[in-house]
Amino acid sequence: MRLNKLTQLAMTAALALGANIVSADEPLKVGFVYVGPTGDAGWSYGHDQGRKYIVEKFGDKIETNYVESVAEGADSERVIRQLAAKGHDLIFTTSFGYMNPTLKVAKRFKKVKFEHATGYKRGKNTGTYFARAYQGRYLTGLIAGKMTKTNVIGYVASFPIPEVIRGINAFTKGAVEANPDVTVKVVWASTWYDPAKEREAAETLMLQGADILTQHTDSAAVIQAAESKGNFAIGYHSDMSAYGAKAHLTSTVHNWGPLYAEKVQAVLDGTWKSEDLWPGIAEGVTDLAPLNDAIPADVKALVAKKKQAIKDGTIRVFDGPIFDQSGKEVVPAGSSLDDGALKSFNWYVKGVEGQLPKS
Amino acid sequence: MDFELFTNILFATLRTGTPLILIALGEMVCEKSGVLNLGQEGMVLMGAALGFIAAVVTGHAGLGIIAAILAGMMMSVLFAFLAVTLVSNQVATGLALTIFGTGLSGFLGAGYVGMAIDGIAPFPIPLLSDIPFIGKVLFSHDPLVYLSWVMFALIFWCFRSTRLGLTIRAVGENPEAANAIGIPVMKVRYGAILFGGAMAGLAGAYLSLVYTPMWSEGMSAGRGWIALALVVFASWKAERILLGAYLFGAASIMHLVLQGLGFEASPNLLAMLPYGATIIVLVIIASDAAKAKLSTPLALGKPYRPQV
Repeated sequence: MRLNKLTQLAMTAALALGANIVSADEPLKVGFVYVGPTGDAGWSYGHDQGRKYIVEKFGDKIETNYVESVAEGADSERVIRQLAAKGHDLIFTTSFGYMNPTLKVAKRFKKVKFEHATGYKRGKNTGTYFARAYQGRYLTGLIAGKMTKTNVIGYVASFPIPEVIRGINAFTKGAVEANPDVTVKVVWASTWYDPAKEREAAETLMLQGADILTQHTDSAAVIQAAESKGNFAIGYHSDMSAYGAKAHLTSTVHNWGPLYAEKVQAVLDGTWKSEDLWPGIAEGVTDLAPLNDAIPADVKALVAKKKQAIKDGTIRVFDGPIFDQSGKEVVPAGSSLDDGALKSFNWYVKGVEGQLPKS
Repeated sequence: MDFELFTNILFATLRTGTPLILIALGEMVCEKSGVLNLGQEGMVLMGAALGFIAAVVTGHAGLGIIAAILAGMMMSVLFAFLAVTLVSNQVATGLALTIFGTGLSGFLGAGYVGMAIDGIAPFPIPLLSDIPFIGKVLFSHDPLVYLSWVMFALIFWCFRSTRLGLTIRAVGENPEAANAIGIPVMKVRYGAILFGGAMAGLAGAYLSLVYTPMWSEGMSAGRGWIALALVVFASWKAERILLGAYLFGAASIMHLVLQGLGFEASPNLLAMLPYGATIIVLVIIASDAAKAKLSTPLALGKPYRPQV
């Protein structure tokens, strides 16, 4: 009897202890949903690099899982729900079209934290985040403006949504600041990812006089096209120098790692809250890939100076005066566009050639 | 529009149409033998991935092309075994092949993303390429464009005036009758499927070694599916595949060029052009029911069990 009781006691203690040990050892489960394959060398690749960063940083404390090539819409809702049901504590959904599915699942799984990239709807347990990539665009615009000989710069774009238009405007603002005679020609490829089509768009732009190209699509085909014709190009999403050592001037890159680490730490500490994060160059989330040696020293110095100014907050990229295509002053000198205006861009700044398609 | 631009548009049209021609010709031969292989996209991606990997490993783009062809054939053998030998449902098997090929190519190629190779350079044909206009449009391409013309000519000739062409058609129209007169139906179907796989692999090599010399997952971006539609569009005639592929190529090039020229139309509408054109032609073809029926291989997609 006594023995029995003792055993029972011991067992309870062991169980309690064991349970404790388990809960302390149980890693935080972090899930990721990607819209493209992790091997696209672009958007989804960048997010997966961020995932690898936190794996490296937190080691055994976390367990990460990802699902790639998830179509936006109903399919994504199923995937997000599955991740939540499988006990993930923090889920990053990394494409604009996951916005409503994320919120829908978040309502059902109140204990799970959700982070949605590029969206604008938040909930109690759903935060949003994005990078101020336009700051990088502006800097690369300066380089393009300084280095073009034909004064025509080509821009291969995907779809006319505020995010893409903001990039075009920031780039053009930089280019025109560096060289008032520049025009930026935009071709809409109507795809995020089709290397062959992106390449044809690049060829078309070069035929029409562009000697520097940049792109807001997901592959590196534009860099290759520029390399094969002996022109320059500026990449996006990740360092694309491998695709054209001579052509590649630099790329605007995203470093999601530090941002993801911050969020994971917040969940581990129990301090996570729903918020809208929009970090940029100052936080190291937006950056430039190493600059090509073909860029003259004075241009490099200019870029470094402006980059520092953005870090210090002395310039904000969309500072006035800003003119629209018709030459009308939209933002007077001394003021600048606020984040709300940046997130709803539907007009081109002066220097962009062609009409913005109505989508 | 100036003359040089026009020349370049035609040049780009031929280049854009080439992968479609390769895939569609292969699928046409396959369908002529009565087998519907919806696995084109998967075979193209496997060709693109393995072709690129072989080119990186060996340093020879030419070996890459051979590897791509073999990869396409390997995939098609798998399909042939399931769909012909085991008489599984062709539609389901083909779809599975696409999903399998897309996944496997991504898996195998994962370590090769971001690598660069010297692709296959253009090969202007001596003398011919010096002819003004025509030389630039027709004879300044890379070798695979010329090869697509050679394949077209061979297939056109094969179905027009050879015994082999007749045999394949007999198998596709009525396998029982073909079997009765001693044609080895299974062997012919295997052969046609293998040929289709080789052509799809070749198209993959065109994408990853010539057009955009790189590997990235899913880089065929749906060309396998377009080619499948093209075969129907062409009502199983090689010359119409050539025409259809170039029409499609021209439409997708114009989508880009018109924007650069300041043509004010929605790019979404322009992007729709090639698909719209395909549908219109499909409707025109289908409007003549008798003719449409005549051109479709009668036993297409129907399982055939050899009588023992």
